[in-house]
Amino acid sequence: MSNVTKKVRTIKIDLDKCNGCRACEMICSASHANPKYSSNNPERSRIRLIRHPIKDVYLPVYAGEYAGAECAGRDKYVIDGKEYDECAFCRASCPSRTLFKEPDSGLPLKCDMCEGEDEPLCVKWCINDALVCEEREEEAEEAEEVKPGDMEMGLESLADKYGLQKIMETVARMSKKG
Amino acid sequence: MRYAETGFHLEIDLSRGSIERVESDPKLTTLYLGGLGTNARIVWDRVPPETEPFSPDNLLIFGTGLLCGTPAPGANRTIVTTYSPQTLLMAYSMMGGFWAPELKYAGYDKVIFRGKSPKLIYLWIHNDKVEIRDAAHLHGKGAVETQELIRQELKEPNAQVAAIGLAGENRVYTASIEHGRSSASRLGIGAVMGDKGIKAVAVRGTKDLHLARPEEFMKLCNEVMHYIKAREDKPIPGVMPILAGLGSPQEMLHIDEKWHTENFSWGNSRVRRKDFWTKEVEEKWKESQLGARTRLISCYNCPMKCGAIISLPGMSTYMMKCFTKLTYTMAAFVDDLDFGFRIAGRATEYGVDGFSTPQIMAFAFELKEAGILTDKDFAGCPSDNEGKFYWLLDRIVRREGIGDVLANGTHWAAKQIGKGAEAYAHNNIKKHEQLPLKLGMLNPVYFLMYCTGEKANITQIEGQFPQAPFLTMEEREDFVKDWIHVPDEKFKQYLLDWEIRGERSNPNYPTVDMSAEIVDWQEMMHYIDDALGMCAGLSSFPLKPPYHIHNLPHFISAATGLDIDEAGLTQVYNRNRNLIRAINIRRGLKRADEKPPEDHWRKRFPELEEKLLDRYYEFKGWNHDGIPTRETLRALDLGDVAEDLGRRGIITNE
Repeated sequence: MSNVTKKVRTIKIDLDKCNGCRACEMICSASHANPKYSSNNPERSRIRLIRHPIKDVYLPVYAGEYAGAECAGRDKYVIDGKEYDECAFCRASCPSRTLFKEPDSGLPLKCDMCEGEDEPLCVKWCINDALVCEEREEEAEEAEEVKPGDMEMGLESLADKYGLQKIMETVARMSKKG
Repeated sequence: MRYAETGFHLEIDLSRGSIERVESDPKLTTLYLGGLGTNARIVWDRVPPETEPFSPDNLLIFGTGLLCGTPAPGANRTIVTTYSPQTLLMAYSMMGGFWAPELKYAGYDKVIFRGKSPKLIYLWIHNDKVEIRDAAHLHGKGAVETQELIRQELKEPNAQVAAIGLAGENRVYTASIEHGRSSASRLGIGAVMGDKGIKAVAVRGTKDLHLARPEEFMKLCNEVMHYIKAREDKPIPGVMPILAGLGSPQEMLHIDEKWHTENFSWGNSRVRRKDFWTKEVEEKWKESQLGARTRLISCYNCPMKCGAIISLPGMSTYMMKCFTKLTYTMAAFVDDLDFGFRIAGRATEYGVDGFSTPQIMAFAFELKEAGILTDKDFAGCPSDNEGKFYWLLDRIVRREGIGDVLANGTHWAAKQIGKGAEAYAHNNIKKHEQLPLKLGMLNPVYFLMYCTGEKANITQIEGQFPQAPFLTMEEREDFVKDWIHVPDEKFKQYLLDWEIRGERSNPNYPTVDMSAEIVDWQEMMHYIDDALGMCAGLSSFPLKPPYHIHNLPHFISAATGLDIDEAGLTQVYNRNRNLIRAINIRRGLKRADEKPPEDHWRKRFPELEEKLLDRYYEFKGWNHDGIPTRETLRALDLGDVAEDLGRRGIITNE
């Protein structure tokens, strides 16, 4: 298999520049609404601001992979005298926290870097430049990597909860009612 | 389906401990939009004018603006409405922050409190689950501390909490409601909250808020964001730094305080210190400010940074904004800004208004010097300027000794003290302490705003039109070039012709007619913002803001699906303005109450001032006493208001 160069988007997060406004959460949830922008709800955002003004903790975190079980990590980070919680820097949608789950269904959420937009909308709306999008070129194998979509991630989490068999039975029953 | 709003209110009867979720009438949105407008309609309908501020029948309404929680940048204001214990008129004080959007996401537009709780409680709103919870353990806790304790107790780090401190619990007339970096401070609404036995209102919401025409709305939002960026890169030349940019005055950012410290008065609004701002002071103050300030912060969905986190050794961290950094410092005649940051921290925990409270203290010490208050009143008080302010602040919020008298504000305290004390309560409008500003020549536009501002606070009514003329014609022409905000092109000419000296200068220019028009424009923008929950800092307050009369109707239409144009929005403004006027008139507001502090300007013009007020009333469709006429009210769909005023004999057959 031959290698090709691919453009990879990354987001540089500068905690010192964050003013805590949560516009990133708002615009993320609005742009993922269906129809697009028809509603907003920060709880559905794929970026969340871990915010504790009195401790000067302002930490935007992006939703990453779905994790079916919580990990063993119980670390605490102390940076510049500020203590960050065990999960603060983790991107996982995991059972140990409420972050990165659809509020009604509990299904996991994951940042998709706003594919199709010129730049991720959280970056666009952060005019204080706490979030800056950078593109770099990376070598990758030509084979198209299959990225799990929202639905697949959701199904995976349902499978963890109920078992694959049960889901297939339910889908079969629902399609009969169709 | 309701758009931009949720369509539901929470009705809390504290006497009975009942909680109801009530659908609101969509017609009220059409007529008054939301926020201040719908709050006022509820007050008019449900709180009779005889109601005492501390009566269980008084309502305390936390209303979100119509656009709060939508993607519109800066739409995050909570409008708190009740009858003020200090002015006895309708109080509306507002706060930014995160509380209003959170309430929308929880599924409510307003929380309406009635009755009184027999013991201290807090309200916990978590989507559909709403609880009245015991707050006995929060008695006497600081307003900032309380917010944190409640979040910990609920294990909800993302809950948004609005709380009172000791001052509110003790019904101090200058008590505020504190929420993060924001506070609803003016007119004593924290005292009404304390009187009702509410220590705090905590909210957590995780529901969707809908838009009627999303694509159209987002296009407008993107334009506003783009404009903010461009405007921030291009400060307005020829005006002082805090008026050059957007946002509320950038007091946390700017170090240069030459203008405030030399032009505003020190002590009990008496002395101007013309040579205060020296190089040494600047160095020292810079050190204090940069040392205290940890981070510049904003409210929900707003790119500005009007507030700051203040952390000083030996005291708890708090957040600050705007002018409070100077009010205590200047009232106490302390030349050290570090004192300002420190005492404001204690005052924020107590939950008091940073405008009125320092003046009350300066007033008290002036009375002591004049021998009207005695050493006995101040037994135990330290003699240094810093120490005595801390001492008196502690007495006022606890209502101990002379503090009990002073806790009612300078107007009522002076009445109670007597012996000529009233002459020392010299900086009030409608019984409410004002900014310590004493100037030379009367400015006709400001005269009208001071007289007639229903909130009795100049910063909540001024904006849009420059405070003073530009020196050269070149500067003026440059200013009007991209002045797209004017509701009518004539305002550009008014500015072009406005001179610093000569025939076309204050007090005779802008003319009486022009002054009424300029004031009308300025207050229109504030009334619209207050109905939408839009921050004045991005809209009605600064020069050339991103929001204005030409784009706001599109925002409202796309958000709600109502089709409203400029004429329609102007009509809503006039309706809200007249309704609030009617509420205050029904509570006894008189023409005689509409005057600035006697010494606000050195040069006064009684005849001109009468003409200005006459013309303004006439322009508004009010009679000589400032009472809206039947025709005015009927034309604004306020026929029932006219009838009520008629029945009470307030409107007679004109």
